[in-house]
Amino acid sequence: MFSFSPRPKSRKETHLGDFIFASLLRLISLGLALMLVVIAFFLLRGAFASVSRFEWSFITDSTWDPVQEVFGSAPVLFGTLVSSSIAVLIAAPLSIGIAVFLNELAPPKIGKAIGFLIEMLAAIPSVVYGLWGIFVLAPWLRTTVEPFLSKNLGWIPLFTGPYYGVGMLAAGLILSIMIIPTIFTISREIFKTIPTTQREAALALGATRWEMIKISVLKSSKSGIGGAVILGLGRALGETMAVTMVIGNRSEINLSLLAPAQTMASVIANEYAEATSDIHLSALIEIGFLLFIVTFLINAFARIFILRESRR
Amino acid sequence: MISSVLSQHMTRSYTRRKLTYRAMYALLALASLIAIIPLLSIFGYVLTRSLPGLNLAFFTHLPQPIGETNGGMANSILGTLSLILIASMIGVPWGVGVGLFLSEYPPGKLSSVVRFSADLLTSVPSIIIGLFIYTLVVIPMRRFSLLAGGIALGIIMIPTVARSTEELLKRVPMHVREAGLALGLPRWKVILRIVLLGHSRAIATGIILAIARVSGETAPLLFTSFNNQFWQRGIDQPASSLPVQIYTYAISPYEDWHQQAWAGALILVLLVFFMNLVTRYILSPRGSRK
Repeated sequence: MFSFSPRPKSRKETHLGDFIFASLLRLISLGLALMLVVIAFFLLRGAFASVSRFEWSFITDSTWDPVQEVFGSAPVLFGTLVSSSIAVLIAAPLSIGIAVFLNELAPPKIGKAIGFLIEMLAAIPSVVYGLWGIFVLAPWLRTTVEPFLSKNLGWIPLFTGPYYGVGMLAAGLILSIMIIPTIFTISREIFKTIPTTQREAALALGATRWEMIKISVLKSSKSGIGGAVILGLGRALGETMAVTMVIGNRSEINLSLLAPAQTMASVIANEYAEATSDIHLSALIEIGFLLFIVTFLINAFARIFILRESRR
Repeated sequence: MISSVLSQHMTRSYTRRKLTYRAMYALLALASLIAIIPLLSIFGYVLTRSLPGLNLAFFTHLPQPIGETNGGMANSILGTLSLILIASMIGVPWGVGVGLFLSEYPPGKLSSVVRFSADLLTSVPSIIIGLFIYTLVVIPMRRFSLLAGGIALGIIMIPTVARSTEELLKRVPMHVREAGLALGLPRWKVILRIVLLGHSRAIATGIILAIARVSGETAPLLFTSFNNQFWQRGIDQPASSLPVQIYTYAISPYEDWHQQAWAGALILVLLVFFMNLVTRYILSPRGSRK
């Protein structure tokens, strides 16, 4: 009868001040939850002109021509997909490897230091990555890496054609650097939740440390690592400035990684200033809406993935 | 399960298994080193390339037309600070409020929806928030403005502040709240005066991290605050900011502007890292001792 809890069991507040305070907090929390819906609504409203004019051809058409006012986003979708895939293909094994090394193998002091440095990668502003990309990465690719690729692997469609330094490859590389901290941090958190006894069990049965890592660490965190990689992908899809600065900004589908390309985020950043016609602007907002939906779905999926893992 | 998997490995010779371990150790150590190279390269270039462009004029002068020397980014630095101020006025109370709702009230359907939305909002690309504010604020106002940029950054701050506040307050022991309630204080006073004020240092770290994150944001500012080569005239006027100015100069064809862009990058990186280090200090055992 005199049971008492500092957190109220029911939501009814008896004190007037408490009632007002709780209602206020609930209201702004609800506001935050509704924010996603509001964003979707405003983007869709801004994109209405483009949606009603181009309908499905907006996604399937591969001509993006602001002068003729023909907007098909296939090249941009293609560029987003390819640049993010390059990023994930490079960053995922690297980040998971680093997480394993720092959490399982390296001496704790070294692990802490390197972990700190990698987390610092996440703190560097995107525009600084872009600056470095323009003046350091792209020239290096143009003078060193791309001549080599073109000469030795030029027979593969991926490496044909002229090279400029800026292009799909540069964008993929810079994205891979930017998503390393995302995948690394989440993977390491997951490894940390694995009980030590599970590792000891493998070691006690005579496993080498590497076998122990495979059996006790990697195997039991598969879905969590999957979630981490997908979150990294989500970050790569929406990354704007660094990509805009190194991808070359050409809205064409080209199989060669050496060629300039365009992503959903970069086309918005790059053309917002010159979008003088309403339909151009509306088309850019529709790209934004599509990007919003894609990242929303990917992140929701990944978070449910990780949630399932951590609840088990 | 472990033993059955292990038995497959054990059919191989011990030397071979040992060698595999050594090889993997070397490979993974190498991966860690590779990941650090870009960081060192970025630091190295930002430091060395920015030095020629860094002088007093950089901090006190306005940008100059191409051809004239002694240009600076004074208005951009001021602009970034104003944007942070406006963003904080929106992001901090809203974010802390949501954090309080999540940590101080009984979990229910609404709180799990709010938590999930906050997490999803964190991962919405920042350029989308920029587009959103463009359609919400810039189009009705018919001009780019400092206010629009500040609102965009403020919205980006909310979920970060909310989640960090929640995480920190969940660690506050229940007896602290009980003590306040036992004195007959109403719950809202307990929450504001004891729970919130009593842990303001810890909550500040979450706020500083959120500020550090938004102060480097460029994409949401492109079509909200846009850019401006002069001193700020009002909250409803386009505003310059360090990140946008760096971007503008970086993609320009002029050597002189490139140098300014590097100098701006140094200031921006120092600003962001300084904020990160401050939070690490506050949270470290030495820093939290009064």
